[in-house]
Amino acid sequence: MDSDDRIPLSERPEWSDVTPLPQDDGPNPIVAIAYKEDFAEVMNYFRAVYRADERSPRSLDLTAEAIAMNPGNYTVWHFRRLILEALNVNLHDELNFLDDIAESNTKNYQIWHHRRWVAQKLGTDASRKEIEFTKNILSLDSKNYHAWSHRQWVLQALGGWEDELDYCHELLEEDVFNNSAWNQRYFVITRSPLLGGLKAMRESEVSYTVEAILAHPENESSWRYLRGLYSGDTHSWITAPQVSSVCLKVLSGKRNFVFALSTLMNLLCHGFQPSQELRDAVDALRTPDDSPTDPDLANTVCLILERVDPIRVNYWLWKKSKLPQ
Amino acid sequence: MEAQVSKKLTLTQQCQRMVEYEVARIYDFFLRAPRSAQEFMLELQRESHIEYLTNGLNHLGPSFRVLDANRPWICYWILHSIALLGDSVDAELETRAIDFLNRCQDPDGGYGGGPGQLPHLATTYAAVNSLVTLGSHIALSSINRHKLYTFLLKTKQPSGGFRMHDQGEIDVRACYTAISVASILNILDDELVQNVGNYILSCQTFEGGIAGEPGSEAHGGYTFCGLATMILINEVHRLDLRSLVEWVVFRQAGLECGFQGRTNKLVDGCYSFWQGGVCSLLQRLSLDIDEQSVQPDAQEVGSSFDGLSTGAGTSQKVNFNDIGYEFIKKRPSSQPLFNSLALQQYILLCAQVPEGGLRDKPGKPKDYYHTCYCLSGLSLCQYSMSMEDSPPVPRAVTGPYSNLLEPIHPLYNVVFERSIEALDFFRGK
Repeated sequence: MDSDDRIPLSERPEWSDVTPLPQDDGPNPIVAIAYKEDFAEVMNYFRAVYRADERSPRSLDLTAEAIAMNPGNYTVWHFRRLILEALNVNLHDELNFLDDIAESNTKNYQIWHHRRWVAQKLGTDASRKEIEFTKNILSLDSKNYHAWSHRQWVLQALGGWEDELDYCHELLEEDVFNNSAWNQRYFVITRSPLLGGLKAMRESEVSYTVEAILAHPENESSWRYLRGLYSGDTHSWITAPQVSSVCLKVLSGKRNFVFALSTLMNLLCHGFQPSQELRDAVDALRTPDDSPTDPDLANTVCLILERVDPIRVNYWLWKKSKLPQ
Repeated sequence: MEAQVSKKLTLTQQCQRMVEYEVARIYDFFLRAPRSAQEFMLELQRESHIEYLTNGLNHLGPSFRVLDANRPWICYWILHSIALLGDSVDAELETRAIDFLNRCQDPDGGYGGGPGQLPHLATTYAAVNSLVTLGSHIALSSINRHKLYTFLLKTKQPSGGFRMHDQGEIDVRACYTAISVASILNILDDELVQNVGNYILSCQTFEGGIAGEPGSEAHGGYTFCGLATMILINEVHRLDLRSLVEWVVFRQAGLECGFQGRTNKLVDGCYSFWQGGVCSLLQRLSLDIDEQSVQPDAQEVGSSFDGLSTGAGTSQKVNFNDIGYEFIKKRPSSQPLFNSLALQQYILLCAQVPEGGLRDKPGKPKDYYHTCYCLSGLSLCQYSMSMEDSPPVPRAVTGPYSNLLEPIHPLYNVVFERSIEALDFFRGK
């Protein structure tokens, strides 16, 4: 609201019976904020109705004014919920109210928490709107943490799973480096009641991921997703031919192979038995400066990583020191 | 190579390239600068930072109204930063700070974001850490521990999580702020700890890091909170520490040298603490991680958290309130898991604003939050090869040795000495 055409509460007849309650900041507070008059006034009136526990339509309006000035005030939101319950307000209107302030406050915890509260009360009817709403926010920022959390909550609490895997695919087509979309994909394949769970999805997901890796071997997200597909199943992880073959392909390409090497390292630490082909591919990445071939492949892998991934040199040295000698 | 160039870059790639370009420009400028200029660039501008910080204690402009429900946080960010810089506020400011925080304290326990606001776990953490940082008996005695304990119990959920406030959100931040406060105040008990480990465990993702809620994406801030919580409740071995290490070391960006919060996101100075803190906690657990790595897939290992318990698998009682003490007695392995010198370079050259204050990245404005967490991260780096009670060797400190900050307690993020004094003070209670 523009402060110029705002009528102060003290000049509004409907508020004439309320005595504003100033903040008890003490005589000489630290971190004192130089409030503008309009903000201080709204908060003074808010404190008055909050103290009196006045759950009325005018209090509801006042919370909207206070929220517009500082959407981070959780006490105001909390009181607003009490009023909404007391007045039995149509919660679809409340969602519209939230829509209006959402786009400029996409990283505010309180708004999202309030939205979840409203949607929960509305029940399954709200599912479609909430899915659409988060889609809109994600179209502005496809990694918005709150929007993803809300979307996951909606799916689990209210349903709407039908198109979720397609949606993930759509976002990954647009930006395959979007780790939030990969995370959502994992959420869907492990939790959607319409799919058969991780084991049932594994084969097709591995193919999908391998393709993504080969297109961009420098993309950490797809490698981590691949590892995630074998979560809790070490045996399959170290024996799956698709896993060792994607490592081999990327290593043989001799470009962008840091994640292929670190994946290989992970496999070796879990007891993976490398083929001669794979050994040769790793060997081909050594430079004349590297020490002579080590019979232990993991040692060689660490050695190469120390050189090509110098920011993590301590980590690779540490990993190497932990290898069985 | 040609094929690569002709492909259209995705948004993630474009943003990443822009930051890399900007940071590379700064590093390039630094490398070409004469030695005297280099020395100046690497110098922590203590006086400017102190001035920026002290100004904030005394006056905040009208735009700070959006933080009107976070004032104990502003106190903490500033007071902790000043303490890290080895300075302290004068007696008058200290009295004003104690008085103000007391006005934020709810009669039924806990601290709100300002006087008269509902008590909230995050602002409770900020207020308690502020008072611990001030450190005087008056400051520490002003905390109503018994009421605070009641407040913590009210926020606790059967699932093991905590709610931020009455009917507030449940997440890993809430768990950490509740457990951290209870630990330092010597009021942590079985009832508060019940099921917390299960909740945090359900938030560790397939990537290895920890998310804010079950199902969400692994994130630096929540990973610090989750890991620190698990250590404080003596259940850290239930986490998959090996995948956690593997995730966190990859959050340090090769070119920029700073940390990112999530996979394929941009670096941000504040993660110098959140991710750096995770590394530094893990560094102290590294012996224990080895134990885990020889038993793959061991989810609920009964291995001991050495010196602290005789094993999670037994019913032996653990005194939770000793953990904050005992943890820092564990000598870290000689080398940090992350690249400490590189991170210091990012903080000093890219996050530091020479006129005072620190920031997310070049092009972003400074603020108190980033000043606090960049400095906390810098301190972690400087002490990453030594114990908190002995001065680091000069080569561990980037720039002049006068850049050296005070060490912190990595589980609470308050200055080390103050944390020990507070633990001693509340132990007697």
